[in-house]
Amino acid sequence: MTGTSARLGFVLLLAPAALWLTLLIVIPHIDLFLVSLRERIGVGQYTTSFANYGTFLDEPLYLMTFARTAIMSVLATALTLLIGFPVAYYIAKLARGRTRSVLFLLCLVPFWVSELVRTFGWMILLRETGLVSSLLQWAGLAAGPVELLYNDAAIMVGLVYTSMLFMVVPLITTLDSLDDAVIEAGYDLGGSAPSILREIVIPHAMPGIVSGCIVVFMLSLGNYLTPIMLGGKDSLWFTELIYSQFILRFNWELGAAFGFVLLLLSSVIVWGTLRLTGQTLRETMG
Amino acid sequence: MIPSIPRNGALRAAYTAYVVLFFVYLALPLTVVAAFAFNDSQFPSLPWEGFTLAWFFGAERPMIGVFHERPILRALGTSGFVGLCVAALSVAVGTCNAFLFNRYEFRGKGLLYVLMLLPLVVPGIVLGISILVFSSRVANTAWDLAQWDIQALRPGLLLVVLGQFSFITTITTLVIAARLQKFDRTLEEAALNLGANRLTAVRTVTIPYLMPALVGAFVVGFLMSFENFNTTLMLVGSDAPLTIAMFDRLKEGSTPLLNAVSLLLMVGSSLLALLMIAFQRRA
Repeated sequence: MTGTSARLGFVLLLAPAALWLTLLIVIPHIDLFLVSLRERIGVGQYTTSFANYGTFLDEPLYLMTFARTAIMSVLATALTLLIGFPVAYYIAKLARGRTRSVLFLLCLVPFWVSELVRTFGWMILLRETGLVSSLLQWAGLAAGPVELLYNDAAIMVGLVYTSMLFMVVPLITTLDSLDDAVIEAGYDLGGSAPSILREIVIPHAMPGIVSGCIVVFMLSLGNYLTPIMLGGKDSLWFTELIYSQFILRFNWELGAAFGFVLLLLSSVIVWGTLRLTGQTLRETMG
Repeated sequence: MIPSIPRNGALRAAYTAYVVLFFVYLALPLTVVAAFAFNDSQFPSLPWEGFTLAWFFGAERPMIGVFHERPILRALGTSGFVGLCVAALSVAVGTCNAFLFNRYEFRGKGLLYVLMLLPLVVPGIVLGISILVFSSRVANTAWDLAQWDIQALRPGLLLVVLGQFSFITTITTLVIAARLQKFDRTLEEAALNLGANRLTAVRTVTIPYLMPALVGAFVVGFLMSFENFNTTLMLVGSDAPLTIAMFDRLKEGSTPLLNAVSLLLMVGSSLLALLMIAFQRRA
């Protein structure tokens, strides 16, 4: 390979990545930040200030929505981990041969359809005229139609459902790499099931747990569809505020500030989690 | 808790029951959506009024089926078009990226790699608004400076494609890079020894080896684009892709028409997934 042609090849391969990352990721985010610093002082007149961030901090509704979204997302992540871990363990360690690949595929199937369809399914199940309500009435557990939609529990069910795959798949991958002999050794050395889980299985599965949690948290935090459809008008989800400032009120400055706050929160949480567990983005995602 | 260690039977049964319950939970919403596509009623809810195919083939009110519902068909076409564009573009750029990271050592490589992963941790809605803000700024500047009205930079299909491309490329890059990593480079060297030039060697040896990953990345890219909601929502113009069109309908109240569309989507994406698995088995 000659020097110049290698150089040309390098530049040609670098160009698409450079264009993609600068024009679609880096510059737009810088621009978003700049817009969030604009304060409208008259028609078409702006100054640079942190006024939009001030509005965010001063208005209890905004702060509360923000905190609520963050807490609900953390909760959804924890629930997804708790529900998904035993299933991942079952598939990785107990199921064998054909059952195992079938179960694994079954885990993936729901996610080949769009989130909209999944959410629609939960609406059919949970609404006042829905299946669960009819079932409860038929069983004599409820006197009249029960509205199960439009509350926090419904949002939670939807969030956990929608992000399950992103927890189960990394868990299966890491648990799969744990040699059974190590667990046997744990038993030989007098360990009990809980102590082996705590001392061997969970530490080994940590990379999977971390990457699963990060992805699930991100998906919940940035979710728009599930909270709106299952939580109704008063779901108070932060992405909804961004949407309404941008599209309905056309207040891009405030919307940009909201977007940036959301980005900041997710970055801090991702960075903090990686830091706490001593991992890098590279090993977790790549 | 492994097969070679005997366990108490009740515990084992409870564990199996839990796993079964989990899969029921996974299947329930989709089953319900599919089943009500055949309900002979105006609402996708009980009571069951009898079996009908009208929500697929019905041609007159009040039951206009999917295949006669123009707006839905048009949205389906839009989604397909956007999906193909995004998949083709992101596989092309993803392949370049995979080669770049696999074959070259350069200053700032680590930084570029992390930068490349970032779109995965940026919420989709933020990705959408940042591209919206930037493209409007470019369009406004062009107008102020030269009175150019660049419609393509206003919300619409081009922006939807770019927005989806901006994060799907990360995924296609990872898929393709994973396979390129496993490639035995001596095969390429053998081709060079046999007189091929570099480009021919890559075209006739490396690319065929990468084919399963390229096809896989294309299908994944297409499906992700087809299903995308958050980023699309912020960038959409007057031509709504299917997810947005269905969302608008769902807000107004639902008829089993939406169930029928959903069922078709499920069948379509399962077929695509099966096709991909079959292709990768063969390769």
